[in-house]
Amino acid sequence: MEIIPAVTYTYLRSKKKFPNVWCAGCGIGIALGAIIRAIDNLKLDRNDVAMVSGIGCSSRMPVYVDFNTLHTTHGRALAFATGVKLANPKLKVIVITGDGDGLAIGGNHFIHTCRRNIDITTILINNSTYGMTGGQYSPTTPFMKIGTTAPYGNRERDFDICNLAKSAGATFVARGTVYHVTLLEKIVQQAILKKGFSLVEVISHCHTFYGRLNKEGTAVKMMEWQKEHAIPIQAAAKLPPEKLKDKFLIGTLWDVDFPEYCEEYDKVIAQFQVPPEDSEGKK
Amino acid sequence: MKADPKRVLTGAHYLDGDHAAAEGALAAGCTFVAGYPITPSTEVVERMAERFPRVGGVFIQMEDELGSMAAVVGAAWGGSKAMTVTSGPGFSLMMENIGLACMMEAPCVVVNVQRGGPSTGLPTLPGQADMMQAKWGSHGDYELIALSPNSPQECFWATIKAFNLSERFRVPVLVMMDECVGHMTEKVVIPEADQIELYPRRYTKLSPEEYLPFKTGKDLVPEMIKAGDGYKIHVTGLTHDERGYPVMTWEAQEKLVRRLIEKIRLFKDELVDVEEEQTDNADVVVVSYGISSRVSIPAIQKARKEGIKVGYLRLIIAWPFPEKKIYELAQKIKGFVVVEMNYGQMVLEVERATKGKTKTILVPHGGGWVHEPEDIYKAIKEAAK
Ligand SMILES: Cc1ncc(C[n+]2csc(CCOP(=O)(O)OP(=O)(O)O)c2C)c(N)n1
Ligand code: SF4
Repeated sequence: MEIIPAVTYTYLRSKKKFPNVWCAGCGIGIALGAIIRAIDNLKLDRNDVAMVSGIGCSSRMPVYVDFNTLHTTHGRALAFATGVKLANPKLKVIVITGDGDGLAIGGNHFIHTCRRNIDITTILINNSTYGMTGGQYSPTTPFMKIGTTAPYGNRERDFDICNLAKSAGATFVARGTVYHVTLLEKIVQQAILKKGFSLVEVISHCHTFYGRLNKEGTAVKMMEWQKEHAIPIQAAAKLPPEKLKDKFLIGTLWDVDFPEYCEEYDKVIAQFQVPPEDSEGKK
Repeated sequence: MKADPKRVLTGAHYLDGDHAAAEGALAAGCTFVAGYPITPSTEVVERMAERFPRVGGVFIQMEDELGSMAAVVGAAWGGSKAMTVTSGPGFSLMMENIGLACMMEAPCVVVNVQRGGPSTGLPTLPGQADMMQAKWGSHGDYELIALSPNSPQECFWATIKAFNLSERFRVPVLVMMDECVGHMTEKVVIPEADQIELYPRRYTKLSPEEYLPFKTGKDLVPEMIKAGDGYKIHVTGLTHDERGYPVMTWEAQEKLVRRLIEKIRLFKDELVDVEEEQTDNADVVVVSYGISSRVSIPAIQKARKEGIKVGYLRLIIAWPFPEKKIYELAQKIKGFVVVEMNYGQMVLEVERATKGKTKTILVPHGGGWVHEPEDIYKAIKEAAK
């Protein structure tokens, strides 16, 4: 078995804040590894990284890493991060959120932050459930799957997160899984580099609640499911529709350019700021 | 530290309270405003949107007040002096992250131009019924500071003071205006920048190795940093230790929450800010704030003409409540008359502070209009008996 490169550890608050709260086998730690490696590949100064999260198992991630880390209220990470970014635009702001945090209670902030196109990288860990509170159905629980609050099967439809982000105006949208870690690292890297709002949906598993309730087996079994159901976007182009049934695409799904909010605001300041010697501002 | 001349609109102006508060924020060095339009506070965000880019600040219209308040707390940790402005329904939505600001000790200012409630109530008409919400509206135990100006001129100064107090105590400070004060237009004199004293952010001088973000000295207020200046700290809404890391024990809770409360209570006497007139040998003292204080004046004058010794006490800082002041007076007078635009909020505090030493009469009003001075006059007569 390959040993995790030591570089990951150098980013952890290993002496200060471990052990962590996650169940053994949870996918969130794998996503964290990929995010750290992406940041390390980009040689970002750790002081310049601000990691902001809401509430949930996934949102617990920031406390374990040696960046500026801000753990806020349920659903509000993107709004909070908007304040951080505007106050200090040199920061690389990365938001960690979950399907409940980012799309249910924080859904309004999600679509509006996409629309605003502010330079924030959002990593949304989609485990199809509310893990932290014990497996209730979430906005991404598939139709008829079980949650503790949907004991007879979920009768609501699930969101297609990437399509939602795209239509709301995100300029970079990608999907990965915690099984395909190398790809995940790559798309997180691209997302951080993107000037504008970028979203990475990370398909993960909550074997403890979702897996048990839906009889989907161990963490390993659930990762096998990811392997079998994910199709790289390049490969998908060559496949007939029947081969794509019940599958999902991974890779970079959308990448366009649009003026970034902080830069636009700077233009407003540049154009309308009153020079100190000008008395016009005092009329 | 003095105000920046570039941001101070020195001179005599004819402004309403909303605009005066916006100018106060600018003079106070506010660099970030997040808001969502709501009557009767919209004029503040409109003025900010126009004025801010001109002095190098940021205004952003968020998708709702949950987001506005979250962005304000984020901006504070990003290094800005941050503020939001709202009215009743928006104030309710802000409660969640006002609590976060208390827990994260993020200095920030919230202006609430009160209108009639509950719910959508009277969007364009005054109320003073959010006074208890200001104190208790977010869940959990905390202390914060709330001011209540009664004129456009005072809206200017109260906003500056709010910023100064928020920096000193690292708490959200609320400016509880009301629609009348927000929309009345009066002369507002804005002095030269060097006449405006600002309390600078309490940035630490310790190195990242020495610094503990929530360790405090005697005044119980920790020193701050901003995200990006090399300290790489963790801040959270969870109960945390001096390092800022979550600790889920009753001991950590006791230590943290007690300090959050004590850091204000320790300075309660210093935080008394009232306007007092003829309370020295009064028989009756009228207690009020905001627009109600101005409506009380004709009633007080009428009673005085009849020989009743009436004092006037106006709360400029409503929270923390000046309980010692009230108790001192309670021992000497025949009764308090409390005039407020609700069915009994600050009157409960007055009553509590008297410890039964004198009677307290409320002159209530549901909002939407101001009190009839005659009703106040009658209460004064009653109290003087
Ligand atoms: C306002 C509010 N409502 C509810 C909760 C309880 N709560 C905590 S985490 C959570 C769900 C988190 O789900 P998700 O974002 O999918 O993250 P996961 O735990 O699955 O990683 C809920 C409902 C809360 N903390 N705050
Ligand atoms: S409850 Fe689920 S999501 Fe949370 S740590 Fe455990 S496996 Fe992961």
